[in-house]
Amino acid sequence: MPAILAVAEQRDGSLRAVSREMISAAHSIATALGADVHAALVGPPGAEAHADALGHAGAAAVHVATHEAFVRYSPDGFAATLADHIRAAGYWAVFFPASAMGKDLAPRVAARLRLPLVTDATALELEAGELVVTRPILAGRAFARVALEADTRIVSLRPNVFAPHDEPASGTLNSMPVNGSPADWKTVVTDVSSDAAGQLDVAEAPVIVAGGRGMKGPENWNLLEDLRNALGPKAAMGASRAVVDAGWRPHAEQVGQTGKTVSPRLYFAVAISGAMQHLAGMRSSGTIVAINKDADAPIFKVADYGIVGDAMEILPRLTAEIRKLQST
Amino acid sequence: MKIIVCMKRVPDTESRIRIGDDGVSIDPRAIKFVMEPYGEYALETALRIREAAGGGEVVLVTVGDSISAEQLRSGLAMGADRAILLKGSPGFDGFATASALAAEIGPLGADLVLTGMKATDDDQQQVGPMLAELLSLPCITVATDIQVSAGRVRANREVEGGVEHVEAPTPAVVTVTKADFEPRLPKLQAIMAAKRKPLEEKDAQLGPSRIRLIGLAYPPERPPGRIVGAGADAVPELVRLLRTEAKAL
Repeated sequence: MPAILAVAEQRDGSLRAVSREMISAAHSIATALGADVHAALVGPPGAEAHADALGHAGAAAVHVATHEAFVRYSPDGFAATLADHIRAAGYWAVFFPASAMGKDLAPRVAARLRLPLVTDATALELEAGELVVTRPILAGRAFARVALEADTRIVSLRPNVFAPHDEPASGTLNSMPVNGSPADWKTVVTDVSSDAAGQLDVAEAPVIVAGGRGMKGPENWNLLEDLRNALGPKAAMGASRAVVDAGWRPHAEQVGQTGKTVSPRLYFAVAISGAMQHLAGMRSSGTIVAINKDADAPIFKVADYGIVGDAMEILPRLTAEIRKLQST
Repeated sequence: MKIIVCMKRVPDTESRIRIGDDGVSIDPRAIKFVMEPYGEYALETALRIREAAGGGEVVLVTVGDSISAEQLRSGLAMGADRAILLKGSPGFDGFATASALAAEIGPLGADLVLTGMKATDDDQQQVGPMLAELLSLPCITVATDIQVSAGRVRANREVEGGVEHVEAPTPAVVTVTKADFEPRLPKLQAIMAAKRKPLEEKDAQLGPSRIRLIGLAYPPERPPGRIVGAGADAVPELVRLLRTEAKAL
């Protein structure tokens, strides 16, 4: 029976949400194909504890490789280990999360296996037995549908797009051998500094509060942060390119062509006029709210709801109303 | 120190995109082409490393049609010493592109290979690390604050909610993201001088593409939205709509 492998991800002892999304996506294709779903996890000793959660997410078999050095991401160690496993098991397809780790890891694994890779997929279909992948190009200004001509189809999937689901079953735990030792792994993560502990990244957050040049300066960002805090822990900060270029906000928050392409459930575009490259990066969001002084701003063309006016006056009221909603 | 910089000719980020009549190509006529923005940061990084080292060679390499020479000349004007154009049409298959680059770059014996973290056309974000694997070199992706000294390269790498500090022995491949400096604008004299710098053209050893493009489409049209009102007084109605109609709160 063919099998599809979902590559899971853990950090600091916690399983990341993308893991369940990968298994769910694998499940949708596997059901149509008549294939099994497996999951693979690479991490420090103790990572086996996540096998149950991966099983409940729909993996019939969970392959876990552990090493003390994997307390942090090891690009070479993870790639060598997964490439060995995939080569030996001969999967029909392998799905990586298009997370920071997955974007680094998937090309390394594909190249080691001499296989092509399609990244950042937003939809998967099985058509006449062929895996058809839809992915944005030109930062979302167009979408390409592609097929992989390979026996093992390696694809990375955009976080926050494929909904996780639960299975009553639990998967069997298998130990996956580690390839090599720290002496072989040349690229080393020596330290990780957390700049915003517990904050979701803009690429993965279901709710985004993004600010533009109309905010007039970084000193006004507290108004946006208040709104983000009112929206809860699943909300993240975003920024337009103009704001990042001006040095008001870090590049990590930039939405648009030279930043991140995002698909949250709810997107607040505050004081962002809506340059083409910004719109391309956020137009696949669920619901878009625009707040802008200029009624003719292009952002209103993609927004579901708009308020014309001064963000400095509107934001405190919006934050208060959302807080009121949550206290009732 | 010999530094290779890989770059690509791409549509400008503000160009309006029109899908060609064949449904599988972008109509190039209305598009302004530029060197990809991250490739410019890679080149600027290379020039700064060369300057800090007090000498060395910066070699630009691209895979593309002959017209990519325009972007190579821009890079030579910024300060690269020479350029190599590997003629071919890079498609979606980054492995094919990485293979063509590896065949050329391997024998050059570079100390450092820099690429943009992704080309802003297909956005695949894979050629750099694939090139590293094919050359059996270590690789740091999506790097900022790149430092090279004593046979090691150190850089920071943005991850969700934090920064990884990564290091590797050289030679290494590093893919570069937006930095806290801007790529230099060449002076007229440098633009003139770039015309005389060596630019070598040869055929790319791309191999077959194993990613087949079925079709291109525009993003789905969003249903028309509405202006809820003006000023802070419109907020209660917005919140009501978000809650009851959009069910987003």
